Amino acid sequence: MGGAIVPPIQSRIQATHCIMSAEGDLLHTVTADNISENRKRLGKLMVCGAALLCAGLAAWQLAFETERVAFGFANWRPVLYAYMLWATALCVAQVMIRGEAGKRSLFVLPAALFVISLVVFPLLFALYISFTDWNLASVNGPQPNGWDNMVQMWNDQFYWNALKNMVYYVLAVSVEYVIAFGLALLLNAQIRARKFFRVVFLLPLMLSPVAVSWMIGKSMLEVRFGPISRVVRELGFEPSFFGTPEIARFMIMAMDAWTFIPFMMIMLLAGLQALPREVIEASKVDGATGWQSFREVIFPLMLPVSVTAIVIRIIFKLKLADIIINVTSGGPGGATDSVTSFIFREYRDRSNVGYGTLLAMVYLVLIIIFVTLLLKLVSRWMERPA
Amino acid sequence: MNDAPVFKDHDADRATRTKWWASRVAIYGALIFWAVICLFPIYWTLTTSFKLAPDVMRGNMVPWWDYTPRWKGWESLGLSPRLVGEVSTVREEFLKRFWNSTIIATSASFLAVVLGSLAAYGLSRFNYRFGFMRNSDISFFFLSQMILPPVVLALPFLVLYRSLDLLDSQIGLILLYTLMVLPIVIWIMRDQFQGIPVELEEAALVDGLGIWGAFIQIVLPIALPGMVAAFILSLVLCWNEYFFAALLSSTNATTLPVMVASQTGSQGINWWSMAALSSAAILPLIVVAIFLEKYIIKGMAAGAVK
Repeated sequence: MGGAIVPPIQSRIQATHCIMSAEGDLLHTVTADNISENRKRLGKLMVCGAALLCAGLAAWQLAFETERVAFGFANWRPVLYAYMLWATALCVAQVMIRGEAGKRSLFVLPAALFVISLVVFPLLFALYISFTDWNLASVNGPQPNGWDNMVQMWNDQFYWNALKNMVYYVLAVSVEYVIAFGLALLLNAQIRARKFFRVVFLLPLMLSPVAVSWMIGKSMLEVRFGPISRVVRELGFEPSFFGTPEIARFMIMAMDAWTFIPFMMIMLLAGLQALPREVIEASKVDGATGWQSFREVIFPLMLPVSVTAIVIRIIFKLKLADIIINVTSGGPGGATDSVTSFIFREYRDRSNVGYGTLLAMVYLVLIIIFVTLLLKLVSRWMERPA
Repeated sequence: MNDAPVFKDHDADRATRTKWWASRVAIYGALIFWAVICLFPIYWTLTTSFKLAPDVMRGNMVPWWDYTPRWKGWESLGLSPRLVGEVSTVREEFLKRFWNSTIIATSASFLAVVLGSLAAYGLSRFNYRFGFMRNSDISFFFLSQMILPPVVLALPFLVLYRSLDLLDSQIGLILLYTLMVLPIVIWIMRDQFQGIPVELEEAALVDGLGIWGAFIQIVLPIALPGMVAAFILSLVLCWNEYFFAALLSSTNATTLPVMVASQTGSQGINWWSMAALSSAAILPLIVVAIFLEKYIIKGMAAGAVK
């Protein structure tokens, strides 16, 4: 829309001495900014000053902790305050230096700074500790130990087992999808009390996985007195839900599905409600039966929504841990372990920060590769004319 | 169906009628079946919190029918009519956890909605360039945080917070939860802002407002329902979060899920108190679900349909 109004040369000048520049905006503003050199200089001075303060405090604190300086602060809090001061100064300076364009970048800058400081720094730090032998119980602190953690991981049967379990857990999403689609179709049908059913179907999503693991995993599935055990016994079987690996894994999947099916259901329901009514009616007029109109019309039209729902569900699934930690803690024999619950125990029981972090980093890399491939595959498949 | 009496008992007509009834029965049967699956665990927890040990062992289900409800479970939390007036350490403990959960979940959601809305608005209206990153890259950067598994951040944060003296503090958890829900908020809000026509802001600019003035006075009121939806969805996620809370808090800042989890193992067959605790942990969100269902669905549907 806009863009063209700004002369190209001017915009290039603008781009050269700004971090973020705005051109070709959807909401275009024309302002005559008259920023004096003094104001610009003051802004730059603020940022540099705050940065120097932050760096100086950090250096001093580091020197204090390595015992090169005699006195310092009890913890790194002051450095954090200085960092926040710097972040604020950076935001204010945007407006001081660049006027109207700075005001525009102020929309995104706080969130970007927040995410960068809370993700990028810890990730870099994680990269460092994942190559140390850091155990919180040891007195020596972190000692770099090269590839030892890698070798240990390579020989760690339980970690590979947890990764294998994750594959099963992710595959379970397909069953969840079928059920969720069925429920969405039911809710989209001509029914009475639609709102009641919608609220009821939504409820499991509201419950915390920890509460669910007690409600279902520890009480309803309790072998002696749990209601489900009673039913199973009535049917003539001996109830044992967490004894054999397969059944235990299935139970975890079922509990997780119970909580998260509503999530997919609602996305699919929204998709169903946004379908063009004419197309479905046209298929009815052409004499399609219910199944035919579903297979030939509704399902293909729902593909984009389905893909979104499945991808997001898989992303959530990869973080699965709470229920496992609280119901089985990975047992029997690691059969229900997810990667997250395994690393959680690695820390909780053994305080193995270095090794645990390496496992987590490897998992992150695997996830990134997997999700990227998934998205690539999906986009290629969606572009192909069906 | 067909109102003309002449055709009512025609064979073809009867067939459609039976078919119609069959489909009705099937649909309602399936609906009620799933409703029972959804409701039974909640019903079981709520009723168990009023049971005594013999009731649990006998498998009694229906209050007032096959057992008399007692306050025993709730008394173990100090929350029964008899104990309400008295001083109770258990209740203090419980209320402290409850309060922690409330504070942490609401502040984190609020912070996430503020940061996320601003970013989403900026990304939907202006073109940014940050080094090599264009708008779509910046959006992707924010959204890609969603795939970051909590376990990757947990251990570095543990060490980091220890040196910053933020371990076991509310602020520490608030920051992490904000980070956790921020991508979801941005996802929902971007969709909301894209639905608002730019002409509104252009009119406001012509009338002499700045871009921030136009944003606050014109756009925010329109986008408010979407922000409420994002807020409630974040609230649910933060309230239920367990992993970070379990690792990064020990006494001061522990939230309700941590309290529930810590009691699960230790109390054995002390079902009534566990049931009461679980009920108390899930009740606020059940109330939220019943009254604010519209917003939750709106929030989740926002990203699904383009």
